[in-house]
Amino acid sequence: MNLLDIMTDPNTRWILLGTMFLGLSSGVIGSFAYLRKQSLLGDTLAHAALPGICIAFMLTGVKSTSFFLIGAALAGLAAVFLISVLTRYSKIKQDAALGIVLSSFFGFGIVMLTQIQQSEYGNQSGLDTFLFGQTASMVMSDVYMMMAVSFILIFTCTLFFKEFKLLSFDPGFAKGMGLPVVFLDYFIMMLIVAAVVIGIQAVGVVLMASLLITPAVSARYWTERLHIMVILSGIFGMLSGVSGTLISTSVNNLPTGPLIVLSATAWFFFSLLFAPKRGVLSSVWRRVSLKKNHSLEQERRKGRYTS
Amino acid sequence: MEQAALKVEDLTIAYHKKPVVEDVSFEVPEGNLIGIIGPNGAGKSTLIKGILELVPKLSGDITIKGATYKSMRKSIGYVPQRESVDWDFPTNALDVVMMGRYGHLGWLKRPGKSEKQKAMECLDKVGMAEYANRQISQLSGGQQQRIFLARALAQEADIYFMDEPFVGVDAATEKAIIQLLMDLKEKGKTVLVVHHDLSTVKEYFDWTMLLNKRLMKIGPTQEVFIPEYLQETYGGRLAILPDTKSGLLLK
Repeated sequence: MNLLDIMTDPNTRWILLGTMFLGLSSGVIGSFAYLRKQSLLGDTLAHAALPGICIAFMLTGVKSTSFFLIGAALAGLAAVFLISVLTRYSKIKQDAALGIVLSSFFGFGIVMLTQIQQSEYGNQSGLDTFLFGQTASMVMSDVYMMMAVSFILIFTCTLFFKEFKLLSFDPGFAKGMGLPVVFLDYFIMMLIVAAVVIGIQAVGVVLMASLLITPAVSARYWTERLHIMVILSGIFGMLSGVSGTLISTSVNNLPTGPLIVLSATAWFFFSLLFAPKRGVLSSVWRRVSLKKNHSLEQERRKGRYTS
Repeated sequence: MEQAALKVEDLTIAYHKKPVVEDVSFEVPEGNLIGIIGPNGAGKSTLIKGILELVPKLSGDITIKGATYKSMRKSIGYVPQRESVDWDFPTNALDVVMMGRYGHLGWLKRPGKSEKQKAMECLDKVGMAEYANRQISQLSGGQQQRIFLARALAQEADIYFMDEPFVGVDAATEKAIIQLLMDLKEKGKTVLVVHHDLSTVKEYFDWTMLLNKRLMKIGPTQEVFIPEYLQETYGGRLAILPDTKSGLLLK
């Protein structure tokens, strides 16, 4: 298929729209997760969503994004609660606690997923696509859901930008000022869960964390201002969604989710190399020209003495 | 008696089993510069964090000018330890100082012109006006400390808590900061400072608190900062020599 065919195919247009909004929203909320050094938390929440979704499916028997959202949110809350209990009441550090919770929730999810597939609903459930995502399984209502969640996420981040900023930079000061830090913590986590849930269908629980983290890391290379970073991160996420989807539809049988993730990685490498000031090339260039100026200066001084 | 700027009753804080701060009760009058002194692990920072409700306390009542801590939040300023934040955060000096205004702004309102102007004034007071647009990781340690101080000034508080503001700053910055603290005191503000350098206590603070998990002594510096009490606080580990200038020299 050429690009024009893709653009005019209504089904692909819907998927494009969906992955675009997905990238946008996960990029925006991912910026805060990244700056709060909670990159691994996004990964944990994504993996923890799997058992939540399975339980939601087992209870309702239908494949409905809104039920999945509730299931994933509850599972995410349980995961977050477990992590804070583990770090508070044992000597386990946060990274280890995240590791334990991530893998145990995911293991539990896989067990349930296998159960579901062997049950009477069997293969029709299509829940297995949630591991690595499958855009082909997306229907129009899913795209509406993605759009709605994106709007809510972006609206919330705009509304509470000041609070999120302070919380990310200096939670101690925020608390001293009277901000409900614990509540805001959970609130941000719920926003991450929301982004994860709308991403599960397209990208899957395993790779979803990359959409939260990679655009934010890329955006950080280009700017020293938070609001610009958040916007850029959203744009990088959006571009990843679009380019991943386009590549997967133009090349036969390539999976969309992993391609979206790889596109995000490509944007990351681009930023790593070419960003002004923070990029690798620019810092190499700075070093080289500094050295050159320095040796020129030395030459000049030497020349002055000899002549 | 005049109403105390800060009154702490039976404050006990424990992280695990052992209390870090135990049964601390004291009152400080308004318009004083108070140094909190004690050995490592004495709970100096924890005391401040406990008063500010940054760490959970087992017991204790805090009153500020006779009112509850919660109702007086807007009249409290705080300078955390400089290492408590990641300075590679994407923001500039002016933005950080403006955060001091957030408490007065309240939810949903965005900082505007008047906040910016106030922040600029505070930056100017700490001699950092020319660095307003500098990314914060590009600032030296002393400059970062000044930014934190400016942010606290922007809070326009009546009582300030400062956690080791002199750590890692050069002599010039230390003098500039202490001058600012004295100005605050002149304006009737109360400033509590966690401090390490015993040689400057007499010069800087009109009140001194000696802390080692329990409150050892608190009062005017000339009454409290004497070898006997210091030895008690530091568990007899101090070598104190007579010195003409500060009265104390520590080896």
